[in-house]
Amino acid sequence: MQAVQTAAKKVGKQSIAFQNPPKIVSTFSIVGPKEGQGPLGKDFDTVLDDSYYGEKTWEKTEAKMVGEAVNNVIQRANLKPENIDYVLAGDLLDQIISTNFGIRDTDIPFFGLYGACSTMAEALTMGAILVDGGYASRVIATASSHFDSAERQYRYPVELGVQRKPTSQWTVTGSGAALLAAEGQGPRIVGATVGKIVDMGVKDPNNMGTAMAPAAADTIAAHLQDFGKSPRDYDLIVSGDLGEIGLSITKELLQKQKIEISDRFYDTGLMIFDRAQGVQAGASGAGCSAVVFSSHLVKELQAGKYKRILLVGTGALLSPVTYQQGESIPSIAHAVSVEM
Amino acid sequence: MSQSQAQKKQEQDAYKKLAQKHQPKPPLLKNVIMAFLVGGAISAVGQAFINYFAARGMPPDKAGAPAAIVMVFLGALLTGLGVYDSIAKVGGAGAAVPITGYANSIVATAMEFKREGWIMGMSARMFQIAGPVIVYAVVSGVVVGLIRWFLAGVQ
Repeated sequence: MQAVQTAAKKVGKQSIAFQNPPKIVSTFSIVGPKEGQGPLGKDFDTVLDDSYYGEKTWEKTEAKMVGEAVNNVIQRANLKPENIDYVLAGDLLDQIISTNFGIRDTDIPFFGLYGACSTMAEALTMGAILVDGGYASRVIATASSHFDSAERQYRYPVELGVQRKPTSQWTVTGSGAALLAAEGQGPRIVGATVGKIVDMGVKDPNNMGTAMAPAAADTIAAHLQDFGKSPRDYDLIVSGDLGEIGLSITKELLQKQKIEISDRFYDTGLMIFDRAQGVQAGASGAGCSAVVFSSHLVKELQAGKYKRILLVGTGALLSPVTYQQGESIPSIAHAVSVEM
Repeated sequence: MSQSQAQKKQEQDAYKKLAQKHQPKPPLLKNVIMAFLVGGAISAVGQAFINYFAARGMPPDKAGAPAAIVMVFLGALLTGLGVYDSIAKVGGAGAAVPITGYANSIVATAMEFKREGWIMGMSARMFQIAGPVIVYAVVSGVVVGLIRWFLAGVQ
């Protein structure tokens, strides 16, 4: 039997160590009014006045946000669309329409991704692979979601009188984009761990934190194992977005494996809103980790508050069809290691 | 069940137990009290209309129908003004069960799907939430009618 060869940049079971770490040379974030009123409000580049942004439907609003995030992240870097090799992007809606329609006028080669709320981490990973591999000089990673468009697809009409469960999470309205380049200044993407689908049989679509926690714990443990690192090698391990319940379950799952991350483990779904904003267990949505990463986290890295962070994007890969058919919720988590 | 399936089941059960400790308790008592107050308030308004129509000369057993029509109108109006979902956030079942909640379920859905057009959007989808209520109301009506027919015959 022939020995199975391992690729040069692959580390351990499921990780990548970038040899020429791509730099995050510019970022842009655009969010809805509720996000703007939250604790990170000042960090976002654009805050919308209402949930429509001059459009007739929420789907069009979300597409417009995606287009603006892409155009602005290019302008911020003093570049033109023709300087960008690829856009890697996704959102929560069927056939990732917000992304497809938001990107259609940009004239940039495009990869559509779906990883639910883990999409930003997936896009950063894939983008870094393209840049490090020499297939691209500059790529954009972006993800978006919109509270109202997600509600009507996954749950109920917005004006319907329903009491939200205390386990449910509030979908963020926002789009965040990061421009990765082989040359330039900025935080570097040094490594990534690609998650496996983990399904522990959770069926409640109003409790995604519980569904995703095992995937998050699996990927964090695999990341530390593959790189031979300890949690102390990171100033911040930030999931996006487990919410309050998912976060505390993930801590316990890791403690059972003798991995203690509690003192540096946080969640973008708990950073973006104040609990007084009525968001139950926290925030969620592909836009949540995308806007928090593309604003607050990159700023903190640039300011030197953090030197190394691990962004763990977590996605609940369900659809209204699967939960109505009684299926459980498959979940995934991707980890991206970023250094200043 | 194969061995690996049994093992998977065991893992999932263990996880369920672990996760259970982390689940927040729904504020049951508060929800029940708020549902009672909001549902009671809506019913009191309905009763006021019944009394009004009776006082205007309708036989008391007939005054319920126009009162229900008024309540449906109010539920629809408050939904259109974007108020009813805020009432329901506090009132829960107290806002969903009365006939105003039924109006809310139809109007909210109709508003939401108007964007996909008047035919395939609004009118095709407006009974998406209320539809099951109608279907099972008719079905249980038929079943109860049949039972009565077997027991008591036609009168």
